[in-house]
Amino acid sequence: MARLEEGLSVGVVAGEALAGIDEASDARGRGALARLPWIPTLIIVALVVAAAGAPLIAPHSPTEQSLPDKLLPPAWQEGGNAKYLLGTDVLGRDVLSRLLYGARVSLTVAAAALLAGGAVGLAVGILSGYVGGRIDSVLMRIVDATLTFPTILIALLLAVSLGQGLRTMVLAIALILWARFARIVRGEVLTVKGRDFVALAQVRGCSHARIMGVHILPNVMNTFMVLLSLHIGFVILVEASLSFLGAGIPPPTPSWGQMVSDGRSHIASAWWLSFPPGVAILLIVLAFNLFGDWLRDWLDPRLRQQV
Amino acid sequence: MTGPGAAGEVVLELRDLHAHLSTRWGVVRAVDGVSLTLREGETLGLVGESGCGKTMTALSILRLLPRPAGRIVRGQILLEGEDLTAKSAREMRRVRGRRIAMILQDPQTSLNPVFTIGNQLVEAFRVHLVEGLRALRRRAEEALRQVRVAAPAQRLRDYPHQMSGGMKQRVVGAIAIAGSPRVLIADEPTTALDVTIQLQYLTLLREIQARTRLAMLFITHDFGIVARMCDRVAVMYAGRIVESGPMRDLFAAPRHPYTQALMAAVPKMGARPERLVAIDGQPPALQRLPPGCRFAERCRYTDDRCRREYPPTFTVGPAHEAACWRVEPSAPRP
Repeated sequence: MARLEEGLSVGVVAGEALAGIDEASDARGRGALARLPWIPTLIIVALVVAAAGAPLIAPHSPTEQSLPDKLLPPAWQEGGNAKYLLGTDVLGRDVLSRLLYGARVSLTVAAAALLAGGAVGLAVGILSGYVGGRIDSVLMRIVDATLTFPTILIALLLAVSLGQGLRTMVLAIALILWARFARIVRGEVLTVKGRDFVALAQVRGCSHARIMGVHILPNVMNTFMVLLSLHIGFVILVEASLSFLGAGIPPPTPSWGQMVSDGRSHIASAWWLSFPPGVAILLIVLAFNLFGDWLRDWLDPRLRQQV
Repeated sequence: MTGPGAAGEVVLELRDLHAHLSTRWGVVRAVDGVSLTLREGETLGLVGESGCGKTMTALSILRLLPRPAGRIVRGQILLEGEDLTAKSAREMRRVRGRRIAMILQDPQTSLNPVFTIGNQLVEAFRVHLVEGLRALRRRAEEALRQVRVAAPAQRLRDYPHQMSGGMKQRVVGAIAIAGSPRVLIADEPTTALDVTIQLQYLTLLREIQARTRLAMLFITHDFGIVARMCDRVAVMYAGRIVESGPMRDLFAAPRHPYTQALMAAVPKMGARPERLVAIDGQPPALQRLPPGCRFAERCRYTDDRCRREYPPTFTVGPAHEAACWRVEPSAPRP
């Protein structure tokens, strides 16, 4: 017995020493915020600023035509005009202004589609994974069926039947997204569900709703956040593809995909029509992917200190 | 070490409990007529090899058998006189945590990795107390102190991954007793811990029990732990209890051949390290149980009657019972 007491007091001293170490690592943990990936963050901030402040920043109206000024090259090139920094398109509209306004479309579509599709997918995934059994089978077959439809095809169908526009586009993308989210979240729930803390929550008398909301949801949240950030790029690409195919936002509202598409026929003579929106899409998708990588590490308490 | 006092009144009683699991390969009779009693302040060791129904018995008590496969088909579970098998799901939720709590084997997964220790303790208290957050935090700190976690105030802010296994298992213990339960089911709580930490943890459980008069159902396959922890022992084989009795009597004179074989298989300190003693054969498949004694195929003393008829439980000493034809009072002594 006496030896045990000794053992315990040794344990206590060791524990106190450990507590000190942990505080140090805690400080490092908070420093992780400072280790934000700067370049992706800057690009994302720039996009948000461009979208929100387009009316203030843009030198021209995105739809204002000026036929005498059509197809002007960027300002720094021979024949360029300082009035049009990135040149003008076939109808004499300012490419820079259209680029800035185009960010609004991309961001709105991305935010709305992800919010709708993500929320549905998260709910279905948690329910399916946690409840299991017949409900799980039925939900997952619906997911399978949804995933077999090519995104573009659904969007084209909807565009034809509902008419082009922002709402159709959001609906089409959300219809595809929820299934991808549900599938991955469900898998994650299955691994979390098998851990003892879920069983113990049940032993403590938690209801199923509480277990799903309080114990499982936070554990799949980091996966979900990463999925969100990775899919922002995907959504912007789909939006651009649809606009490129002419099933997106109807003209003259500028969108990046539309701009790339419009510039295609002049690619040999007027590179500045397709190039800036193309680069914008590339940068944004890349930025959100990099940001998602960092987010995953930051959201996991075990990895936070190493970020 | 002896028990923390004379046994009090009966807190939990199982009467002829049958729990079946329906699987693709047939109905598994995981718990097949288990009767046992657990008194206030007492520790009952439930011993047996893997797959003999120990954990299923525990899950039956909590009515948490895997669904939809598992269900209790017969028998009663009396908690302080109330039959748990008759309770609704909602009523059972109020029993769990507040009147019966449980500790599982693996501390690594017993805590939610995304919440701090403090949050998890507060949540455990919140289930049965209506108090402000500050009061709950104080309780959480006090709970950590009671399970001998050093620097509890700092530890509350830690995440589970920042703690050692032994420390985590203490926190699991603190969470389990947060609802001041009458019964604690410990399912091999020290299997995943180092031997030195095991001893500390067992001592801690004893302390908690002495303070709260908890009735403990201790599931294990380690006779060393049984000897240290338990007042009484029940040996389970293939879904049934084959022998039960006071720990000392059972250790001094095991009467069922299975208990004897188990004891013989425990390596002895000081003996020459030769081949470890093992029991030949496998336990019967629980979906195709033989009509007679389940241990018959592996028993040295088997005769025709053993294969034909399952032996009833005979009293072989004060509070000591065994289910074997060989201990039948009229039978010739071995």
